[in-house]
Amino acid sequence: MKIRAAQLLLLFAFVLAWGLLTDPRVPGFYFDNPDKAAFFFGEPLKVLARLADWFVGGDIYPHLGVTLLETLLAFVLGTAGGIAMGLWLGLARTAAAILDPYIKGLNAMPRVILAPIFMVWFGLGMASKVALGITLVFFIVFFNVYQGVREVSPVVLANARMLGAGQRQLLRHVYMPSALSWVFASLHNSVGLAFVGAVVGEYLGSAEGVGYLIHQAEGVFDINTVIAGILLLTGFALVLDAAVGWIESRLMVWQPHTGESSQL
Amino acid sequence: MSDSACSLELDRITCRFSSRDAPGTPYIALAEASLTVRTGEFVAVVGPTGCGKSTLLNVAAGLLAPSSGTVRVHGEALIGINRRSGYMFQADALMPWRSALDNVTAGLEFRGMPREEARLRGHGWLQRVGLGGFATRYPHQLSGGMRKRVALAQMLVLDPEILLMDEPFSALDIQTRQLMENELLALWSANRKSVIFITHDLEEAISLADRVVVLSAGPATHPIGEFVIDLPRPRDVAEVRLTPRFVELHTQIWHAMKGEVMKAYAAQYAPVDAR
Ligand SMILES: Nc1ncnc2c1ncn2[C@@H]1O[C@H](COP(=O)(O)OP(=O)(O)OP(=O)(O)O)[C@@H](O)[C@H]1O
Ligand SMILES: [Mg+2]
Repeated sequence: MKIRAAQLLLLFAFVLAWGLLTDPRVPGFYFDNPDKAAFFFGEPLKVLARLADWFVGGDIYPHLGVTLLETLLAFVLGTAGGIAMGLWLGLARTAAAILDPYIKGLNAMPRVILAPIFMVWFGLGMASKVALGITLVFFIVFFNVYQGVREVSPVVLANARMLGAGQRQLLRHVYMPSALSWVFASLHNSVGLAFVGAVVGEYLGSAEGVGYLIHQAEGVFDINTVIAGILLLTGFALVLDAAVGWIESRLMVWQPHTGESSQL
Repeated sequence: MSDSACSLELDRITCRFSSRDAPGTPYIALAEASLTVRTGEFVAVVGPTGCGKSTLLNVAAGLLAPSSGTVRVHGEALIGINRRSGYMFQADALMPWRSALDNVTAGLEFRGMPREEARLRGHGWLQRVGLGGFATRYPHQLSGGMRKRVALAQMLVLDPEILLMDEPFSALDIQTRQLMENELLALWSANRKSVIFITHDLEEAISLADRVVVLSAGPATHPIGEFVIDLPRPRDVAEVRLTPRFVELHTQIWHAMKGEVMKAYAAQYAPVDAR
């Protein structure tokens, strides 16, 4: 409780300082012109007004819907692909050995740079954003599943074989559950990256989405709208992350947590 | 040479491991090691630490193919996993993502038994190992001793003909351990399985087994002595230790083992001295 209060106090102090320092009526100590601070850093009240305006006026919903749909598609498709590929290469040692340098290369590449290529391939619609998101998500999940399959405890594996598990059952009952804990560790990262893919794609070229709104506002130096867009995206990224956390806590009940004993 | 009264026969097994430190010279864990277990016989294998006991059991289970030598199960050469045996591992081998009950029923499930029946049998075995109330616990929520008991139930629920047990009770406290040993003996005498029971504890070996096999120190481990334990059954593992015959056998076997234990000890500390 005390922690919560401190957190809220910190937020309040930050917003207050931000508001005071950017208010044109308060004499600035750095900028010669009192309007300049607001021009560069926006004003909290106007940001808030912009957000309220979006939601009350309803202008934001189609853009938000597009961005969230792109994010979700990229997240789901990238994760599914990463899991499938990770399981396959984790189990097929020869294929993994052959593909190893290429995988390393693709992973080392700054993949956001693929955005222009995807625009050429898939146009300015949603497809290019989803494609960008998928490439970001895929590698994170892939590497984690790959690692998870490789690090299955040999004793647990031997035990399952002694209990009569065939190849398919080993996959279903040993490799997959063992990889799952690694998958969840990566999902928190990848849900954020799916968002990055969608927004960066929109920012670089599109006619809808929150990234597009931010780009538009930036074009007319409307810093308040830019900040409002960023806050909106941050909020939704947190919501998606919480959703992943919730699913994780449902599926991973078998995992030990530190200091689990209940205290009365 | 193979007769049907032998349920398990290890015939001149040699196991070489390529060692990382010296790639040219493989480490010879087992050399020409032979061991037979008659149907319904309880054989205990003792040997100094690191001599190759687990390796021997892995070969018997079909998890590890020997460099040379054959394993025969009821006279037939073994290829792949030994389907007639159950294996209780030295290390924790439960699936951490399955509850105690689901761990016990895993083998039945892999064999395609209907879920309801599997759960019924699993519950029965959990109760027999004294964990009736812990069915829904996950392995990390159980104590080390409880996990061992789940592993025991997991093996026995499949009713295998041959039991391979690798220091199953060494992690337990002395009371629980004697309880489990007596329980094991009761289960074993009810329907006689063939057992290879590995232990580093000579007293445990003598109090449980029909025959104790002593392994030499590594490398190139092989059996150096076999002792028939003619103590009457049924036995109580705590009481039998006080009988004069037990003490006599213990002295006799320990005498054979002592040299090997010293060798193993010396081998482990030799590299440090050399530096
Ligand atoms: N996969 C492996 N690769 C290389 N060396 C191995 C391998 N497995 C076992 N060894 C070696 O073989 C020897 C025998 O190992 P093993 O695990 O069978 O010993 P153990 O008798 O079961 O020991 P403990 O009583 O401590 O359980 C050891 O020296 C070990 O280092
Ligand atoms: Mg061992």
